[in-house]
Amino acid sequence: MRFLLIEDNQKLSSAVAERLHLDGHAVDCADTLNAASACIAVADYDLILLDIMLPDGDGRDFLEQHRQAKNRTPIIVTTARSAVSDRVGLLDLGADDYITKPFDFSELEARCRAVLRRQGGAADNNKSFCGTVLDSAAAELRFADKQVSLRNRELRLMEVFFAAPGQIFSKSHLLDRLFSFAEDVSENAIEVYVGRLRKRLDGADITIETVRGLGYRMVAA
Amino acid sequence: MTPQGSIRRRLFFQLAGVAAVLSLTFFFVVRSVAERAAEGTQDEILAASATAIADSLRSENGGVTLDLPYSALSMLGSVSEDRVFYRVTADGKTLTGYDDLPLPTGGRQTGQTIVETLTYRGDELRAVSVLRPLGSFSAQQDVVVTVAQTREGLEAISRRITATATAVGGGFFLLATALSLWAARTALAPLERLTGAVTRRGPKDLRPVDAIAPAELVPLVTALNGFMSRLRASLLRTEDFIAEAAHRVRTPLATVRAQAEVTHRKLNKPEHKQAIREMIRAIDESSRSAGQMLDHAMVTFRTDSMDRDALDLSALTRETCSQLVPTADLKDISITTDCGPDPVPFEGDRILLQAALLNILDNAIKYSPADSHISVSLRTREDLILSVADEGRGFDDLDLPRLANRYQRGSNTGDIVGSGLGLTIASDVAGAHGGRLIIAQNPKGVGACVSLVLPH
Repeated sequence: MRFLLIEDNQKLSSAVAERLHLDGHAVDCADTLNAASACIAVADYDLILLDIMLPDGDGRDFLEQHRQAKNRTPIIVTTARSAVSDRVGLLDLGADDYITKPFDFSELEARCRAVLRRQGGAADNNKSFCGTVLDSAAAELRFADKQVSLRNRELRLMEVFFAAPGQIFSKSHLLDRLFSFAEDVSENAIEVYVGRLRKRLDGADITIETVRGLGYRMVAA
Repeated sequence: MTPQGSIRRRLFFQLAGVAAVLSLTFFFVVRSVAERAAEGTQDEILAASATAIADSLRSENGGVTLDLPYSALSMLGSVSEDRVFYRVTADGKTLTGYDDLPLPTGGRQTGQTIVETLTYRGDELRAVSVLRPLGSFSAQQDVVVTVAQTREGLEAISRRITATATAVGGGFFLLATALSLWAARTALAPLERLTGAVTRRGPKDLRPVDAIAPAELVPLVTALNGFMSRLRASLLRTEDFIAEAAHRVRTPLATVRAQAEVTHRKLNKPEHKQAIREMIRAIDESSRSAGQMLDHAMVTFRTDSMDRDALDLSALTRETCSQLVPTADLKDISITTDCGPDPVPFEGDRILLQAALLNILDNAIKYSPADSHISVSLRTREDLILSVADEGRGFDDLDLPRLANRYQRGSNTGDIVGSGLGLTIASDVAGAHGGRLIIAQNPKGVGACVSLVLPH
């Protein structure tokens, strides 16, 4: 996905950009509302992350202008405030969602996904490998004449494999991608989810293979 | 604050007291003046009668003769029906009249008129005596003419006057009391108008009071307006301060957290990863506590001045739940809302109710295991019951009453991040709407069930 990150704190903005890169997203950073408008003029974004307090204006004004210009790019507001009253005001102004700093990136991703799903999905949301299509927006796998819906964690795990077919992912890497930092889980938990995916893929031309001592990879059956 | 006395009562009693003193004074003055006037009239007639008798005394051949004029006694009868006594003595010897009527006890200068009150035959008499020297210089005799009259008529007059004075004085007192009541009420009317103007406005209204006030109340109103403007400035400053503080603390925390996640991803050694994991948990904990403290401060501030909007509790519930669906999704937790098909009208504060529900749901998600289910239901009984039931670890029975207290967490929270304010916020919001928070075990088996009970 392509993000526009509007944030005046340079350190935060570069850390967030780097973190989003790790999951394979492209991020442009704008530190003022003017810079943001310039970015929007020349590029299309899947999502805009907007801070409220900016040096050259209030993010709320940007939000209103954005909506008046009939720009459909979803906006998720990131703010340091957390009062419910702010949240209500922002949603009324046309924000698609709201996340408070500091944020959990898996939650941010989940919110982005939900917003995009409400909008009908980003264009390049479908990935395919050996005749099997992963539709992230609909959270389903399509192969042969079957449609298999996935639960959230199954989908995220499937996305990791589809991003790099044939690549081996270690259990600990998959653990990091699947579980939040608040959860204490053992590496065995991954086996459970891999087992579920294998069941879902029953009948497809692809399978998830255990590479002894290294991890898992997705290969053609 | 317990009121100390009442200005109206004090004013009324003071005015009524003055009226009572004036009425009594009036009564005594009128009575004494009237009685003295009546007494004076009797004395003058008695003196005239005695003088007339004295004038008719003749000295003949060394003796004294008296031709008692009838008119002298008859004029006494014209005043009242009182009995009349008289006595004429020459050198102590009774010439005519009642010889046991006492002689005047005062001085014995000739030509003098002596007025006395004395008791005779069991009656009180008013007696006037006239001393006259009679005869030639060599054979002078001192003649004393005493005319006395009982005082029954006078007493009757006195009683009449007393009755009249009492009636007039009492009437005056009653009238003055009524006027005092009216005066006390009228004098305090501006104060009551001002009190009304201040009481009628909601606690949210911090505009200056512009009620028309009399000169004596202007300093009070000025002081009140001063306080209000200071309070308003202080509240605005506090809100700004909280927002600014949150911004200052949370922005660097967000930087640290993002960098920690990046580092975590890049590290390979499990012990290093574990260290970063602990760091991120600590960041989450502080950010969560800060968030809940802000929410709690907001709730406390708002419950004093809450809105009473007409809401659809059903729509509000669905909307609030949908906000947390992505968070629940991360753990494959499904949230179902069962609010019935119809709108559920309720008068309350939308922001407070959302804060309460968000905190309850957030708790439920936090304590629920992966692949579980949270069901939110809204039922209309005598009260509106908004319940959130999860399949988490539930509550230990002993904790139930304690959990809604500030900063108290359950005994089985384990390693889950929390500040212990979530249920306090929900409980405060329920209280502000006249309802309560019920914390119980999930009736369907494992897990907890937290309900907001709101009266219609």
